[in-house]
Amino acid sequence: MNVLIYMVPLALGLGLTGLFAFLWALRSGQYSDVEGAALRVLDDDDLQK
Amino acid sequence: MTAEAFDLSLYAKPEGTGRFGMELAVDGIACGACIGRIEGAVKQLPGVTDARLNYTNRRLHVAWAEGGFRPSQILAALENIGYSGHPFVPLRAEQEEAAEARRLTRCLAVAGFAAMNVMLLSVSVWSGNVTDITPETRDFFHWASALIALPAAAYAGRPFFESAWRGIRSGNLNMNVPISLGVILALAMSVVETANHAEHAYFDSALMLLFFLLCGRTLDHEMRRKTRAVAGNLAALKGEAAHRFDDDELVRVPVAAIAAGDRLLVKAGERVPSDGIVLTGNSEIDESLITGETARRKVAAGATIYAGSMNDKGTLTMRVTAGGGATLVDEIEKLLEKAASAKSHAMRLADRAARVYAPVVHMTAALTCAGWLLAGASIHDAVVTAIAVLIITCPCALALAIPAVQVVASGALFRARLILNAGDAIERLAEADTVIFDKTGTLTLPEPRVVNVAEVNPALLQTAARLALSSHHPLAVALSREASPRAPFDGATEEPGQGVRVTIDGSEARLGSAAFCGLDASDVHERGLSHIYFAHAEHRAVIAVSQKLRPDAVAVVQALKALDLKLVILSGDRVEAVRPVAEALGIRDWLGELKPAQKIEMIEQLKRQGRRVLMVGDGLNDAPALAAAHVSLSPIDAADVTQAQADAVFLGENLAPVLDAIVISRRARGLMSQNLWLAVIYNAIAVPIAIAGMVTPLIAALAMSGSSLLVTLNALRAYKARRQEIAT
Repeated sequence: MNVLIYMVPLALGLGLTGLFAFLWALRSGQYSDVEGAALRVLDDDDLQK
Repeated sequence: MTAEAFDLSLYAKPEGTGRFGMELAVDGIACGACIGRIEGAVKQLPGVTDARLNYTNRRLHVAWAEGGFRPSQILAALENIGYSGHPFVPLRAEQEEAAEARRLTRCLAVAGFAAMNVMLLSVSVWSGNVTDITPETRDFFHWASALIALPAAAYAGRPFFESAWRGIRSGNLNMNVPISLGVILALAMSVVETANHAEHAYFDSALMLLFFLLCGRTLDHEMRRKTRAVAGNLAALKGEAAHRFDDDELVRVPVAAIAAGDRLLVKAGERVPSDGIVLTGNSEIDESLITGETARRKVAAGATIYAGSMNDKGTLTMRVTAGGGATLVDEIEKLLEKAASAKSHAMRLADRAARVYAPVVHMTAALTCAGWLLAGASIHDAVVTAIAVLIITCPCALALAIPAVQVVASGALFRARLILNAGDAIERLAEADTVIFDKTGTLTLPEPRVVNVAEVNPALLQTAARLALSSHHPLAVALSREASPRAPFDGATEEPGQGVRVTIDGSEARLGSAAFCGLDASDVHERGLSHIYFAHAEHRAVIAVSQKLRPDAVAVVQALKALDLKLVILSGDRVEAVRPVAEALGIRDWLGELKPAQKIEMIEQLKRQGRRVLMVGDGLNDAPALAAAHVSLSPIDAADVTQAQADAVFLGENLAPVLDAIVISRRARGLMSQNLWLAVIYNAIAVPIAIAGMVTPLIAALAMSGSSLLVTLNALRAYKARRQEIAT
């Protein structure tokens, strides 16, 4: 069972990465306009015509 | 006349060196394509460095570099592409709420992460305990759990700990006290147990509890933030501009920028932006928004006029007076303060439950400990059992029982076009047994309407209405609401004080006074009606304009009566104006010509009879009455002071939201008490098991999540709470 000594911290580390990614996204305002983001992707004015 | 400059410097905020920014609420956004159109149009303005539209709350942020850029160009650019922008400063309350919502979301994320990981470790221990886990592995798992749980709880539990601490210091036990105590004791006991190589630790229970409760709080906050943003936008949309003389040059400024001593111009058909004294000009003033009285008051130089009244006839110049102590508005504010402080603090259902719950739970835990000691158990076992009682009774279900319903019900109210101002309005709305209506602007539409549509040739009415779009006269504005093409005629000219004229198909059309249209006005005088005349070629029409009942008022009043509510009309208007409305609606209890203080007196009288009064009103004169009533509603067109007093604000032309408010709230209230009973039943089953010392962490986890899920699912039933559609 010695494998647990590093597998458990590794799993926790991965989880923490996810947590910090979420907190970063929250801080940078990624959740402040959820509806707008869904609609902006449909706008293709940025393409060369 | 050249376009008047619009001075918006009040709203521009410095953002870094040499850059400024402004927030605008944008009206008219209908689809996703609007995002690109609006941002594109604004970004093309010279000097603008950034424009970003938030589609969720319909707000546009524009940044520009210092230089020749004038913010009013943004409004013009928006208008060109068919939107209207309204600059605004976010309310402090809204900003604070946004910060609190972000903090709760961070706490929720941390609690969620920690709860999931600790649960992963706990499940391993539980399955290991019934198979072949070695004590070393179990200790390792427990210590790993402690390592995650302690910092996570210290961070995510802060909203509860802080509130609990405030509660303890001020001497009243709120729901956060048993929550905090349960969490802290569970964690402390788990650490001690882990150090003693014990089989059971409760790290997962503590974190799961925090996670569930934070879910409820975050949802509650998000819902409130959403409604607050809509309310903020509506307030910005209403924000009117005033014409100010700056060294004899006329400048348009936001009303918020007006100061005492300013000289203002008030055109016909505009609202008086501030209290003041007339310097020049003659006019008639409509003060229905302030006093409820619909008869006009004649004013001339030297007369005092009040903010919110409507300038009906001529152009006035006025000097702004500071709230000098004796104005009508000040008097109303004084009454307001008194009424608000006299309002008995209705204790919220959740607080009442907490007041009973906390002592009972803590007493049970203490008795359990004493009982086990007397039965001869070791101190360790007795304390562990007592803490298990605290953990299992930790009011997870109880703390969710009411907020969950609150969230779902305010969502339902929002869809019924009601915006809640006060958190506990739902509970108080459900208790109302008497509804008092104001008349003007509440039972009737806030603006006058054409009342003889059926008597006028439809084609003629359309032409007249379209012509009316070119005038600012209040009667013309009322008529223009009937116009279906919203585009005015080209080349229409307004003759001040007389009417508008334009040439259509080679013949002249005139809209305005009887003399202007070559008509004889003597035979069409009827009480309470104002008339506007229209002439085109050989056609003539007389259009009557008057206060009109909200379209569904009769049906709503009938439905309210069917709910066994006592209905009363209290109006500041003349008795002759109130009687027909009361008769049309079939309301027997009505009074007219009431002063604000008399309205309060009436409400106090009803209160003494043990009635719970719902006051619905819009005028400035209703504000004290709204504050004095048990619960209050006001339409969105209401005066600002009035709206601030109301527990909820409703949108649109219909009166139906008043009915919806009561129906949804009553149902929500029912679900709240159902949920409380569910929580009580849960405790009645779980507590004896805990007292018997048979609770393992697995049982605690199942019981807690099971009961939380149950009350949440039950709360979702508030979503369906909609009245039967009433015929309008």
